[in-house]
Parts: sequence; C-alpha cells; structure tokens
Amino acid sequence: MKVSKLPKANVNKFLESLQDFGEVIIPKEKQEQPGVYMFDTMTDPSEVAWEYLRTIIPPKKYLTKPKEVIFKFDSQRGFEEVIEDAEQKRVLFGLHPCDIHGIKILDVVFTHQYTDPYYTRRRNNTVIIGLSCIPDEKCFCKSMHTDYTEDGFDLALSDIGDGYLVAIGTSLGDDLVAERADLFTEVEETDRRKYLDFRKKRNQSFKLDLDIDDLPYILDLEQHSPIWDELGKRCLTCGSCSMVCPTCYCFNVYDELNLDARSGRRIKQWDACLFKDYALVAGGHNFREDRAERVKNRYYHKQFRMVEQYGKPSCVGCGRCINACPAGIDVVEVLTKVREGSYAETESS
Amino acid sequence: MLRLNHHEHKSYTLSENPYKPELARIISVDPMVEDNYLFRFRFEDAQLNQRFQYRPGQFMELSVIGVGESPISISSTPSRPGVIEMCIRRAGRVTNALYRLKPNDLIGLRGPFGNGFPMKKMNGNSLLIVAGGLGMVPLRSALLYALDNRQDYQRIILMYGTRYPDYLLFRSELEALALRSDVECRLIVEKSALSKDTPEWHGRTGLVTDLFDDLQDLDVQKSYALVVGPPIFYRFVLSKCLDLGFSKDRILMSLERRMECGIGKCGHCEIGNKKVCTDGPVFTYWDVMNLPEMI
Repeated sequence: MKVSKLPKANVNKFLESLQDFGEVIIPKEKQEQPGVYMFDTMTDPSEVAWEYLRTIIPPKKYLTKPKEVIFKFDSQRGFEEVIEDAEQKRVLFGLHPCDIHGIKILDVVFTHQYTDPYYTRRRNNTVIIGLSCIPDEKCFCKSMHTDYTEDGFDLALSDIGDGYLVAIGTSLGDDLVAERADLFTEVEETDRRKYLDFRKKRNQSFKLDLDIDDLPYILDLEQHSPIWDELGKRCLTCGSCSMVCPTCYCFNVYDELNLDARSGRRIKQWDACLFKDYALVAGGHNFREDRAERVKNRYYHKQFRMVEQYGKPSCVGCGRCINACPAGIDVVEVLTKVREGSYAETESS
Repeated sequence: MLRLNHHEHKSYTLSENPYKPELARIISVDPMVEDNYLFRFRFEDAQLNQRFQYRPGQFMELSVIGVGESPISISSTPSRPGVIEMCIRRAGRVTNALYRLKPNDLIGLRGPFGNGFPMKKMNGNSLLIVAGGLGMVPLRSALLYALDNRQDYQRIILMYGTRYPDYLLFRSELEALALRSDVECRLIVEKSALSKDTPEWHGRTGLVTDLFDDLQDLDVQKSYALVVGPPIFYRFVLSKCLDLGFSKDRILMSLERRMECGIGKCGHCEIGNKKVCTDGPVFTYWDVMNLPEMI
C-alpha cells in the first residue's frame, strides 16, 4: 500500500479540496448536546470533531437510507425505478476502522447473489476516508478483529501527532492525493516510529474484551440458556440497538397511495428484528411472538448466522448499542455470561 | 450434507433491479377450497412471458399495486409455459386486496425466487410426494413437472390427505391421475363429508400416515420424499419417512416465512442460520432439524 504524510497544518486545505469531488460528510459535535456526535455535511473544515469516538447513527445512513422511495407506480403503467441520490457524489470523511468494517459487511450483504441497486449506486458514488482513534471503555473492536483494516477505504488517516500518515487504498484515493500533492510530504523514519508508538498506545487502551473463539458453537449449545428469557424481561424491544448498528440492514417495503387511488410510491424503510410484527405472516401467525425469541434472534443473527452465511460475525465492536440501550443491556456482558453459563446465577444472587 | 442452495440465482423476469415488479394480467380466477382461489397470470410483455422460466417449488413476489407485496408459491409447472398459476389463500392485506380484482386487471410480479425442488438432481429416483391440506400448492408444480418429464423418474407416488373431500385442492385433476398407470395417486380424507349435502366419498378415509403402510416395497435408497403440510402433519409424516428408512437428506420440505424482498436482503424470513428466501424455501429434513425455529 502506498503511504503519504499530511501535516496537520494542511488538513483543512485538503478537506476543502475534497468538496470538488462531492458532498463532504464529517463527524460533528451536536451543538445542543456537547459530547454527542453525528455525521453531517461539512460547510467548513473547522467543524470536524477530530476527537469524536462514535456518532449516534453510523455512516450506513448515506448508503441504505432510513426511508427512501424505490419506485413510483401507476396501476396501468406499472413500476418505474427511482434511486434517490443516484447521482450524488459523497466523501465520507473520518470513519473509524469499525465503521469501515461495517460498510464492508453491508457491501457483502447487498451484493451477495442479488445486487441491490439502491445501495450499490450510492456506494459506487461514495469515497471513504478513514481516521484513527483511541478506544474508550465501550469499544471492543479489537475483540471482533475490526480494530484495523487493510481495505474498504480510499484513504485512511492515522494520527501521528504533527500530522497524519495517509494510507492510499484505491486508485481514486491516489487521485485525491495527487489533486493536492502540494499538501503532502514524504514519510520519514521518525514518522514510522511515531506510528508504531501510536499503535502501541492504542492497543494498550482497550478496556473491554470479548472472547469470540468458537462463539457460534457456544451459542448453538446455549440455545436454551435461561439468559434469553432474562434478556426478554429486560429488553424493551425499542429497536435502538438496530438503528445505531453499523451492520443492521433489515428493512420493510410498503406502498403509499396518492389521493387518485391509482398511483403512488413504494417505500423502503429501516426495520428492526426486535419489533413485534417483524416475523408476523399473513393469517396472523407470528414466528417470534415472544420478546425473548426476538432478542435472542438478534444475538444469533450477529454472531451465528452471519458467520455461517458470510464467514464472519456482523458485530464490529463499535459500542453504539451499549451506548444506546435504554435498559442498559451490554452485548459484551451478555455474550461473556453465555459463554460462562453464569447468567442465571448472577441474576438470582 | 446435500446442498440444495443454487448459488447462481438467475432472475428471469428482471435484469438490473431485482425489486422491480413487471406488469402481469389476471387471466382467470377460479374458486378452489374455502378461501383458496386459483389465479392464472400472464406477463403483459409478451416476450417476457415467453422466456419466463422457473423451477418447481420457487415463489414469486406478487404486488397488488398500491397495497403491497406478498410471497406466493407457484403451482404451475415450467414444462407448461405461457401461464403462471398460483393457488392463493385470502389471508392478509395483499391477498385480500387481490380478491377484489377481476380477470383482466393488472398486478405486479417479480421473481422467481428461492431454490425450488432439485428436479434435475432427483433424476433416476422415485418421488414420494406427501401433501397435507394446503401443502399441495407448491407440490403440484413438482408433481406436474415430474409427470411431464416422466422418463426422468422411477415411481411417482402422490399421497395427499385433507380433513374433508371438499378440501382436496386440484381434486378433479388429481382424481383423473388415479386413472393413469404411471403414477400412484392416493387421496385420503379424515372425514368422508363436510355436510350431508356433499356428494359421497368413495375413496379412503383416515390420515395420510395410514398410506405409508402400502410403501414397504419402495426403494428408499433411490427415492426422495417431498413433504409439505401443516406443523402437526410434519410431526407424524416425518417420523413415518424415517421409519421407512429415508435418510434425512432425502426428505425435502418447503417452508413458509415472511419473504418480503425475496433476495436475501430485508431479513424478515431469516431463521436459525438460514434465509428462507435464498437458502430455501426447500430444505432437507437435516437442515430443518438443526434449526430450532424452523417449523
């Protein structure tokens, strides 16, 4: 991989140059809520929240939209494809390795066997620029092997103090650097050392650990663990964990009719497996009527079914669900207790 | 483990956008049993209608335009092209709206989706088709396909049970099969009449499991069992199949879930470690018994 250096003094100029490619999306601090971050359109490079760790909603919102029109229809003329933002070019700037892994997982889901044109059209118009981070007490990407990525980005910035080492992942990334070659410098021996020091510091900063060895097998053995019923009692099935998850991709499709009762729009909208009607079928049978079944399904999907279907779990250890859960459910705690077989004991003691 | 999963999913109606329904016209609507009607459809685009291909056991996503989509099994056989037949039960929002439509009205269809029955793989084998109640809907496609390609299979045995004679789907068609010597068609009902007004039933009464007593001469090493029916039916029929000596990967079942997108993206039909829409809807008994939520 080609690596270059971007001195911090030149970063804002580089960010400005990205606007020539398309809409630049950056992590920002919410004005009304200090310490809370979100991805939003950049109007000025000074808005970048360099110290941010996790946004409320992951960058998936730009690729699979919370709600989008996918067809216009007419009862006589049929369905006409609509792809929102089809021509909108975007630069997603400042994504941490976990979020890049999240997008890599979505890439597989939305192109496996059948290609989802809504996702892929926007994905193909999206530049991804990564940014290094120092984990907090809710990060467990290292456990999920998503703390580092060699691909899935066009450029990836690692903070080495006075500047950033810039890994160039794609031809397009190389073009973005070449466009403002004057802002970049050669990587020197001291920079390499600073990077190694940074890696060391980062690796030592992880406080949370989850053992995922054999986890699918452990889960299969623990299908009837009392933990699922216990979780069913605690979980409010509000779906917050799904909404904030970088890899949750489930959606609903429904029709909205115009007043003429013959034309309208077909809508695709985020859904969550925790919602009560998720597995409801025509005729009224609900395959997961029980709350415990729905909570359990979410865990099994992430750590079991995804491994079986795509070769790796779909949790990237970003800690968003731990942050978002109003009932205080912690995925690491749950899975650790499943492994130890100790959930019921600790609950009753 | 037998791999039924066809990784190359070709969608014959669509090229670029697998979510896009194509217009189809209702040709006829015929009452079947209770709330089940047989709908015949034809794509508006004549060329598309001509080249449309599918496998028995696959399903389509049917749009009632302005109401929504619903996954529906195909009951016709690809060996008789030109018309798509679906036996549809009035069960939910979309199917209720479909019942308000009439012949010549337009709907949307996309697909076919799912793996379907491995008709080619089963060549040279006997087929034991066991249906309970509405289970005949997807199995009719496999049955007709096998009959149209009679030389590819050894014995073809249909065992179909319902509660009353009037509940037998495709009854006259199946009764006509009883006259053929190259297919063993065995119908059975629990009770011979729904009411005193209905014509007399001269066939067998009892449960579909009773019919297994006549299968002692079936070479199960060279047979596949295709089994579709309600949950209670599975409980007894599957054990009968195992008693006969069928291996678990020669027993095939078709499952129903909320296949909303049909292409493995929306998540609604996922169970255990499978997606019913793309890994199924046809699964081996081995697959199913390894999935706690399957039936």
